[in-house]
Amino acid sequence: MNENRNATELVQRLRAKQLINESRILTSLSDRASYAYDASFGHHIPEVVIQPTATEEVSEIVTLANELHVPVYPRGQGTSLSGGPIPVYGGVVLDFSQWDDRLEIYPDDMIAVVSPGVITSHIDEAAKAFSMMYPPDPSSMNVSTIGGNLAENAGGPRGLKYGVTKDYVLGLEIVTANGDIIRTGGQTVKNVTGYDLTKLIVGSEGTLAVITEATLKLVPRPKANKTMLVLFDDLIDSGKAISAILREGITPSKLEIMDQASIKAVEAYQPTGLPIDVEALLLIEIDGHPLAIEEEAEQVRECCLKNGARDVQIAKSAEEASKFWQARKLVSPAIVQVKPTKISEDATVPRSKIPEMFRILKEIKNANNIDLVVFGHAGDGNLHPNIIADVRDEEEMKRVEKAVGEIFEAAIELGGTLSGEHGIGTMKAPFMEMELGAKGLAMMKTVKESFDPNNILNPGKIFPEKGQKLVLRDG
Amino acid sequence: MVDKRLAYQETFDCVQCGYCLPACPTYQTMNKETHSPRGRINLVKMAAEGKISYDDLKEPIDMCLGCRACETACPTNVQYGSILESAKEVLRIETKRSKREQFIESALFEKLLPHSSMLAIAKFGLLSYQRLPLQFAARKTGILNVVLPKGMAAFESIIPKAERSKEKKAYEEDALPGTVKVAYFLGCLMDTMFSTINDQAIQLLRKAGVHVTVVKDQSCCGALQSHGGDLKTARQLAKKNIEAFESGSFDYIVSSIGGCGAMLVEYDHLLKDEPAWKERAERFSKKHADISMVLAQSNLTYNHHVHHTAVYQPSCHMTHVQKNVDAPLELIAKVPGLNYVPMDKQDLCCGSAGIYNIVNYEASMDILDYKMPAVVSAKPDLIITTNPGCHLQMKMGVEREGMSHQIQVKHLVEVIAESCL
Repeated sequence: MNENRNATELVQRLRAKQLINESRILTSLSDRASYAYDASFGHHIPEVVIQPTATEEVSEIVTLANELHVPVYPRGQGTSLSGGPIPVYGGVVLDFSQWDDRLEIYPDDMIAVVSPGVITSHIDEAAKAFSMMYPPDPSSMNVSTIGGNLAENAGGPRGLKYGVTKDYVLGLEIVTANGDIIRTGGQTVKNVTGYDLTKLIVGSEGTLAVITEATLKLVPRPKANKTMLVLFDDLIDSGKAISAILREGITPSKLEIMDQASIKAVEAYQPTGLPIDVEALLLIEIDGHPLAIEEEAEQVRECCLKNGARDVQIAKSAEEASKFWQARKLVSPAIVQVKPTKISEDATVPRSKIPEMFRILKEIKNANNIDLVVFGHAGDGNLHPNIIADVRDEEEMKRVEKAVGEIFEAAIELGGTLSGEHGIGTMKAPFMEMELGAKGLAMMKTVKESFDPNNILNPGKIFPEKGQKLVLRDG
Repeated sequence: MVDKRLAYQETFDCVQCGYCLPACPTYQTMNKETHSPRGRINLVKMAAEGKISYDDLKEPIDMCLGCRACETACPTNVQYGSILESAKEVLRIETKRSKREQFIESALFEKLLPHSSMLAIAKFGLLSYQRLPLQFAARKTGILNVVLPKGMAAFESIIPKAERSKEKKAYEEDALPGTVKVAYFLGCLMDTMFSTINDQAIQLLRKAGVHVTVVKDQSCCGALQSHGGDLKTARQLAKKNIEAFESGSFDYIVSSIGGCGAMLVEYDHLLKDEPAWKERAERFSKKHADISMVLAQSNLTYNHHVHHTAVYQPSCHMTHVQKNVDAPLELIAKVPGLNYVPMDKQDLCCGSAGIYNIVNYEASMDILDYKMPAVVSAKPDLIITTNPGCHLQMKMGVEREGMSHQIQVKHLVEVIAESCL
C-alpha cells in the first residue's frame, strides 16, 4: 500500500493550486484522528481531511485522487450507524459539515435547493415558514447533514406515511470519479428522461459519486396532529391492531413500538408511570385536517380495543403528546445504563411478520445470552433490535457478533432486508450475498466498476472483502 | 499500558452519536470535529492508549470552555466533566505550558485567589488604581497593552469600579432569626469586583425572612484551579470550605455565582477518593443552592417597577452543572415592568468560562461574536446574568457591538433588588 505517499502528493498538488484555504486542509494527527470514526464501529485515521465548500473544489480533489489512486471518503457530521464515512483504507476524508451556505425554498415549485452540509432539520424548519414540510426524519436529524442522508437514503418514523429520503429527491449535482460535474434529474416531479441516476446515487453510500447539491421535494404541512399511547398485554395483538388500523384506511404519520424490555429499562431509569407488565406499547401519531384526525383517532382507538389493547390514551394537548414521546426518547439513555456499548440494528420485515420477528428475536436473545431490547417503526416493519454489551468484554462481543448474524438471517428468511434505513457500510457487507445472491451482488459490483473503475470512492463499503466477517471488537 | 490517570473507562460511555455537536460552542466557531466534545473524548481515549501524544491532546483540551453544554445534550449521560478534568490534570503535568499561561495562572491561582489577605491587597490595588488618574493615563498611553496579556488588557476597560466593601461586621451581624438558616458563600471575584451584589443578595435573603450567616474563614471555591488542572489546590480549598461551613448548622449554603456554585455542588465528586472527606463533601454539596432557588420560593414582595426589555444569559455552569434552569426565569417573570424576551442561542456559552477569555482571548471573542447577533436582534436594553465572568464578558460583547449606551448588563440579584429593596 502506498496510499500514504500518494495522499501526501495529493495534498502538495492541491496546495500548489491554491484553490482551497489552508485552514480547510487538516493534516495534524489530532485533526485527522477526529475523523476516524462515525456513530458505529471501527476507527481508521485518514492521511488528510479536507473541508470543501464549493463543487469545483470537490472536482479538483476527486480528479487528483483518481489520478493518484487515493481513496476519498465523503463525510457529513459522522452520525452514520453503518460505518459510511469511516476511511477504512486511509486517504482523504471530505468533511462536508462546513458547506451549508445554500438552503433555498421555492414555494411556488414546492422545492428546496440545498448544499450537502445543511443540517436535515434545518430544511424542515425553513419549509415550515411556507407551511410546507420536508418529511424524512431520521432520529439524528438535528445533527445529520442532508448529504449524509442522501448517501445513506436515511429514513425515520415518518417513513410509514411519507416515505424516506429517496422519495423527496428530484435532482442532484454530483462529482463523478473522474472529477466531472454533472446534474441528474431536475426540478419536476415527473421526469422520465433516460435512466434515473438520481435514485441510483441516493443510497449508494458515496460509492458511485460525490453529491454536491440536491433539489428536494416539499409537501404541504399537515395542519394538526394527534398522539396516542396504546398498551397491549400480548405482543401478537399489537401486530393485529396495526394491520387493522392500516386496513381501515388510516395511515398514521408515526407508528412506533416498544417491547417489554424497553419499557422496563425506561421505567427503571426515569419512571414515567408506564406499567411494566405489558408486552408492548404503541405510540401512534396521525396528522391531517383537525376534524379528520378527530374522527380517525376514534377509529384507531376502536381498532386497538377490538384487538386486545389494555388501554388507549389520546393526548389532549401538545404537552401531553410530548410526554408520551418522552418514553420513546428515553429508551436509548435507559438501556446504556446497564452497559455502555449499543449495537443498533435496523433489519426490516414485511409488516405482517413483525410478531414472528419478535418471537425469533427473543429466541436469539436467550440462545446467545445477550441483552436485547426491541423498539422501532412497527408501521413499516423497520424494527430496531438493540443489543447492549461492553466492548471491553471480548467473550460477550463474540456472542453479540453471532447474534447479529442470526438477526440478519431471520430478517431475510421472513422476506425482509438487512437494512431499512442505516445502510450497509462496513458492518453488514459480509451479509450482502445472503440477501442478494451471488449474481445480484455481481450486478451491483458491475455498476460500481463502471462508475468508479479505480475504486477510489468510499472503498471498503457495501461489497465484502474476501472472507470478511462481522467484527465489532477493536484491533 | 493505559494511562489510568485519564478517565479512560468513562470514554467508553460515549456511543459517538454526535448529538453534542450542535451544543458545543467551539465546534460552532472553530469548525472542526477536533474541537467538539465527541472529538475530545476520542482524543482522550487515544492518548490514554498511547496512540497520540499528550502534546497532540493539548490544544483540543485547552480550547474547551468547559461549559458542559454537551452533558445536557448527551443522550447517554457521558461524564464529560470528569473526562475533561482528568485530561487537564495530566496535561498540566505532562506538557509544557507557555510563559503567558504560567504568568496568568500564577497571578490568579496561587497568589491571588485562595488567600483572603492577598485578595485584600489586590483589591486595594484595584481600588487605588481605579481612583487615581493613573487609570486614565494607562488607558491613554496603552501601557496596559504592553504589560498585560492581550486578554487582560482588553478587559481592563470594562472591569467595574471596585467598591470599598462594607466593613466585615455588616456581614457578621445576625438578622432577625428566620426559620431557614443560610450560610452565604461570598466568592472571591464577586467579593472584589461585585461586592455590592453580595450586599444586595444578603439583604434580599434577610428580607425574605431567611437567617443569613457569612461564615468566617471561607475560601475561594477552587473552580479556576480545577479548570486549570490544579486539582491539588482545588481539593485543599474544598476542604477548607467544608471545614468552615461545618462551623454552624445551616439548611442551605447559598451563593450568587453560577460558576462557584457549580464547583461547590461538585465537591463530592472532587473528594470522592478521599474516605475521610467523602461524606462531609457530600453533605456540603447537597446543601448548596443558588440564590435564585431560595428567592424563587420565598414570598418577597416586588414593590417597584423595573422598566427594561431584558434578555437572560444563563451561566452555563448553573444550567449544565447545577441544573438550575427554572428558578432565575421564575424570578424574572415576577419583576413588575420587566419585559423579558427569550433570545436565540440563549443556552450558548458567552465565551467567558473562568479565565478562558483571558488565556484564549481570540477564541473567546469568536464565541462572543457568534453569540452577540442573537442578543442584538432581541433588541434588549438589559442583559441579565448570574455570574460575574458572564457579566464582564457580556459587557465586553455590548462594547464590541458599539452598544454600551443602549444595553446595560446586570446581575439577576441587582434586578430583584431594584424591585424589592
